[in-house]
Amino acid sequence: MAYFTQQLINGLTLGSIYGLIAIGYTLVYGIIGMINFAHGEIYMLGAFIAIITFLLLGLAGVTFVPLVLLLVLILSMLFTAVYGWTLERMAYRPLRGAPRLAPLISAIGMSIFLQNYVQILQGARVKPIQPVLTGGMVLAETDGFAVTLSYLQLIIIVLTVVLMVAFSLLIGKTKLGRAQRACEQDRAMAALVGVNVDKTIALTFVMGAALAAVAGVMVTLYWGVIDFFIGFLAGLKAFTAAVLGGIGSLPGAMLGGILIGLIEAFWSSYFSVEYKDVASFSILVLVLIFMPYGLLGRPEIEKV
Amino acid sequence: MAEHPLPGGTTAAKPSGAPAPDGGRRSSLADMGKEAGLAAFVALMLALPMGGFKTTEAVTGLSLTFRPLFVLAAVAFVFVGRIVLIVVRERRGVPRGDGGPGLMDRIARGASQGSTTIGIVILAIAIVMPFMPFSSRYLIDTATTVLIYVMLGWGLNIVVGLAGLLDLGYVAFYAVGAYSYALLSTEFGFSFWICLPLAGMFAALAGVLLGFPVLRLRGDYLAIVTLGFGEIIRLILLNWYEVTNGPDGISRIPRPTFLGLEFTRRPVEGIPAFHQYFDIPYSGQHRVIFLYFLILGLALLTNLFTQRIRKLPVGRGWEALREDEIACRSLGINPTNTKLTAFGLGALFGGFAGAFFATRQGFISPESFTFIESAIILAIVVLGGMGSQLGVVLAATLLIVLPELGRELAQYRMLVFGAAMVGIMVWRPRGLLAHREPTVLLHGRGRGAT
Amino acid sequence: MTQAASDNSVLLTVEHMTMRFGGIVAIDDLSFEARKGEITAIIGPNGAGKTTVFNCLTGFYKPTVGRIALHHPSGMMLLERMEGFRIAHRGGVARTFQNIRLFGRMTVLENLIVAQHNALMRASAFTVAGLLGLPRYRRAERRAVDKARDWLDKVQLLDFADWEAGNLPYGAQRKLEIARCMCNDPLLLCLDEPAAGLNLRESAELNEMLRSIRDEQGIGLLLIEHDMNVVMGISDHIVVLDYGRKIADGTPTEVRHDPAVIRAYLGEDEEGDLPPMVSDTMEVQPEGTDDNAGTA
Repeated sequence: MAYFTQQLINGLTLGSIYGLIAIGYTLVYGIIGMINFAHGEIYMLGAFIAIITFLLLGLAGVTFVPLVLLLVLILSMLFTAVYGWTLERMAYRPLRGAPRLAPLISAIGMSIFLQNYVQILQGARVKPIQPVLTGGMVLAETDGFAVTLSYLQLIIIVLTVVLMVAFSLLIGKTKLGRAQRACEQDRAMAALVGVNVDKTIALTFVMGAALAAVAGVMVTLYWGVIDFFIGFLAGLKAFTAAVLGGIGSLPGAMLGGILIGLIEAFWSSYFSVEYKDVASFSILVLVLIFMPYGLLGRPEIEKV
Repeated sequence: MAEHPLPGGTTAAKPSGAPAPDGGRRSSLADMGKEAGLAAFVALMLALPMGGFKTTEAVTGLSLTFRPLFVLAAVAFVFVGRIVLIVVRERRGVPRGDGGPGLMDRIARGASQGSTTIGIVILAIAIVMPFMPFSSRYLIDTATTVLIYVMLGWGLNIVVGLAGLLDLGYVAFYAVGAYSYALLSTEFGFSFWICLPLAGMFAALAGVLLGFPVLRLRGDYLAIVTLGFGEIIRLILLNWYEVTNGPDGISRIPRPTFLGLEFTRRPVEGIPAFHQYFDIPYSGQHRVIFLYFLILGLALLTNLFTQRIRKLPVGRGWEALREDEIACRSLGINPTNTKLTAFGLGALFGGFAGAFFATRQGFISPESFTFIESAIILAIVVLGGMGSQLGVVLAATLLIVLPELGRELAQYRMLVFGAAMVGIMVWRPRGLLAHREPTVLLHGRGRGAT
Repeated sequence: MTQAASDNSVLLTVEHMTMRFGGIVAIDDLSFEARKGEITAIIGPNGAGKTTVFNCLTGFYKPTVGRIALHHPSGMMLLERMEGFRIAHRGGVARTFQNIRLFGRMTVLENLIVAQHNALMRASAFTVAGLLGLPRYRRAERRAVDKARDWLDKVQLLDFADWEAGNLPYGAQRKLEIARCMCNDPLLLCLDEPAAGLNLRESAELNEMLRSIRDEQGIGLLLIEHDMNVVMGISDHIVVLDYGRKIADGTPTEVRHDPAVIRAYLGEDEEGDLPPMVSDTMEVQPEGTDDNAGTA
């Protein structure tokens, strides 16, 4: 039971990270109906920017941990958001109205480009970082097995919940959110009634990128190592999460993320670590085949 | 960006980023400076963290090096580039893509209409190339690699170019072919000419089995599912030690023989080797040339097959599906079966190529079958122009030969590659040499019914 | 041919068909018949569920309740149980679309040959004979081209045969879509607003063409149309829908004088006090009477 609880905590932490990335997929898919294949790379960039800001703050002599975390979070979100904006502007905006596979291929190209861009700029080797935040609390102890919730895990889960609530409010209550939902329904009509479509779509990418940056910061702290290739797998798993939850649905993305995180944690601990990615991919395939509208998504009626 | 969109939805088409010049009016120097300044600022934001600071692994952990020059160069480049772009665009007077058939369209049409002639010329060059005085082992080896990619490109072209199904896991079939060949030949000792068709059939079978449940999915979901399948197959190859030998791969795969004649200096007793049979001095080059012609033949087979099937009902059905699946259903075309044939045939040729790859290398491991390989093959199809056979040759040659020319360039290869995929999609969303030749004409150049 | 035209047996029987999307009832307990050698029109205001009826008939949607029986020469078929492409292939039900669906990058001729897909597949022995280039396939393809040529001639598009279909003018695309259906040898031809976006002359040509298809081919035609001039001019039988329900069914003269139809269509003129639902149906009227192209 203790082991189970521990895996539950680990799974929730992992799931929060996937969920934050998944929101980026879901928002973009909702508004322009394309899979932003390069989103995993945006998350990877977020992680790199996080590691660089950590080091810079260290050099500047900022050591107060909450301040460090806050600054890293804000700077990573800011710089990563610019990447998200540029991505949309250069690779996707010119392709609105192009044949439907064109933006997807452009996205794959962007993904390859960004991976190699980071590899060339920062080197191919794994980047380790000293733990910033250590310690945790022991929740229970049975048969010599202690269930611990590290402070970091706590922060990750709490921060995810906070961001989730904030973004739900943003989309549900603000003018921007209304513009987003309008574009989702009918872009031409939204433009006619005075919604700035370009700006709305750009902001959607910015939001997605900022959340991916948060995930990147968290993963940097949590695993302590990153490399230029982490975006590929995490991106795919987050995409799976978005589809599992019902693509286009914000709570769905979070739910899907947590489910994928849990499945991965339990699969690795109870079955085999080697096949954990096979398990994730199999879920991806099965979900797409058997429930393409996901848990919380609405089925699309084919327009004839 | 701040102004209100005009009613009538014109905002979507306008090149935004800054107030656009209305009706060809020249923007003032100040406007230009503002726009370029904005771009330069974005460049600064992009370059500062990622390029400005380099993380280096040291014994004590990570250390940072500051690279101000890099940031400066990036910002300056973008600033100047933006100004040049504005000037060029205003000189031309029309926004991109509105000028009727451009130069590239005409080239594409010319290449497509003259494809038979161009094809024959290229084929003639390919046949005499190994016997030319300048030919070397290195040259033939490179050409063989190009041909493998040409064949893979042609195989994938059936799926992506003709049927319009975006397959991001094509490498899975290449892998199935290679491993089938390797296992059949090492475990059962079958010869190349038995293993080759079997490997192709296994790959096609895998294609049909994988395709059946997923081909109902919409285009982009299909892409992701195929990507997932590709990764699953690679991970199985990596972890299923008992059969695939895991990451160590399979080595000592038998080499092909020329009608039973081996290409070795000292063959086993009783069977003469190639050079002994033909009574010529032994040369290591014989096998290289043989392999070259083998893949040339296989690639040609793929090409002829595709050319022919495009003019058959099933091929026309593929193209019709690519254009409009709903209309196809309303005409009684079974979409699943039609897609499945495309998927299966594409996989068949991928399997052949895989078998050839295994016998040429003599060693295979899961490392050769990563997603990036799928992406390269896809890029060859897309860059060349979806559906264009000649485009595939062009793209494969460029992608393989360019990095060979300068070894220093090799590390930038994938970078350029990704950028090219984006750039070409933006510039020509249908690919470089995208011009479709009708499969049958009523009035045009002769009645090309068969 | 005249013999075929005089055969007016029932071709399609729709019984108690209901289609719900979530909570919305798009079609409510609809029953009607369509006959061979007749033009049956389904009319009704916007949102009356006309296209949904077509989508149910051609298998794109499965009706929630109801039976759709096609009286095929080879036996009765229940269309609600068949997959869409089988309805077209086995049942011989062809359709056009409100927003034209051509194979835009293929030529006009290729569009018509794709329509003969299943026949050609058999002739090519599912590709084998075709790959080998056997004469039997080459003959079949020649026949297919000849048939396509005949239909191109009938719709006056012969000169455009080698054009990309997507480059044709709008009116020509409409005609090509109908020709494509006809190359599929249909038993029942369903046309979804074929006159939408056509000018007066084109519209008149269309009427002529539909009449000749009915009289020469002896097949059944099912027509959705807004334009009352078209409908009244060529239909043998009219079914009127309003909010998914059938409000009238009969010959053009009967329908024209049916009080329920007058209420649904002309309510505004006759009554000062409008029921709220009629007001948006009135949008239809002006659209039908002027020849303003491009409304689709």
